[in-house]
Amino acid sequence: MKADPFIESLVEDLRPAPPRQASLRIVLALVGGAAAALALVMLWLRLRSDLDVAVASPNFWIKALYAGALAGAGAICVERLARPVASPRGGLLLGGVALVVLVALSSAQLAGVPPAHRMGLLLGRSWQSCPSNILILSVPTLALTLLTMRSLAPTRLRLAGAAAGLLAGGVAASAYALHCPETAPAFVVTWYSLGVLASMLTGLVVGPWALRWR
Amino acid sequence: MFIEIERSLQALALRAQAGDAQAWRQVLVVLSPRLEVYFRRRMAAEYAADVEDLVQETLLAVHNRRMTYDTTQPFTAWAHALARYKLIDFWRRRRVRRHVPLDDVVDDLWVEAEAEGAVNGDLNRLLGGLSNRQERLLRDVKIEGMSLAEAGARVGMSEGAAKVSLHRAMRALMAKVRADES
Repeated sequence: MKADPFIESLVEDLRPAPPRQASLRIVLALVGGAAAALALVMLWLRLRSDLDVAVASPNFWIKALYAGALAGAGAICVERLARPVASPRGGLLLGGVALVVLVALSSAQLAGVPPAHRMGLLLGRSWQSCPSNILILSVPTLALTLLTMRSLAPTRLRLAGAAAGLLAGGVAASAYALHCPETAPAFVVTWYSLGVLASMLTGLVVGPWALRWR
Repeated sequence: MFIEIERSLQALALRAQAGDAQAWRQVLVVLSPRLEVYFRRRMAAEYAADVEDLVQETLLAVHNRRMTYDTTQPFTAWAHALARYKLIDFWRRRRVRRHVPLDDVVDDLWVEAEAEGAVNGDLNRLLGGLSNRQERLLRDVKIEGMSLAEAGARVGMSEGAAKVSLHRAMRALMAKVRADES
């Protein structure tokens, strides 16, 4: 068989490229984005002043776990969708379960208070700034994740963009929880989710452009 | 046949990801002619010159992005997804709007290149008896998978005229095949 010079040029000095190398790149993007979001929270929004007390309350952890679960769901989807063929089912399942659990928790809380207090729990004191702050905090992670995915091989660009948005939104929401003084699960499931959704939509819209690789 | 290729490629790709250059050469050598057939079948005659470039581009993507091959998945499906992406990207750059169905059969990438050659020979002989316009129409609609309106526009016919012309071409072809057989 005669040797194809193009193929020969590719195989010479072949370096190992195990699949975990692709996963590692995504983890690096996540860590970098999380560091940027954390820095923004500390320098711009400031940590909540009662953080030392708050960490003892279950509501703080419900919020943190929900945000963390969304970030985890996003990370799984990104890892899957950065590869052709692979399905993001596991990530979607995790995100769905987190959402359902939080909706159940907040419904239970809302049902337990007099109707006049429900609006107060739902809106808290910061509903107007929560989703937009999460969206802003998601920008560094979104940019890093899209850049990383582009170096891999996404083939469904819209879906992959939305997955990057979910990861970025989840990371941003986790960082934002260190600033946000709200406690009600109903607040979290509404406004946090809205912020993450905005980040997902951003990814969905820019995905086909930002993820196109040659 | 297909299953055997899959098994051997998967094993070779696994070794290549660990750094085995010999294994990777084998993968690319098996892939190269199959990619050529894959693209040639899907591109109109006017883009025939681009097939070579697309094959190289796809081989390069397969090479550079080999870490995205998850060894629990079939290798053929992975390579097919990359080839399909490259094809769609090519059409997008040329501003050709064409639908590539998602369930586009994976096995297509693995048809034997040699068999393809023989079939093409027969096809060319049969189509040779038609007028240029009819041949073009028939290739575009029946082989390239364009719509009647699209293919008609390319030879300067209305959709209705293209339909009639194509019908006549098919009848002539049938008659020829029957004559060949008897």
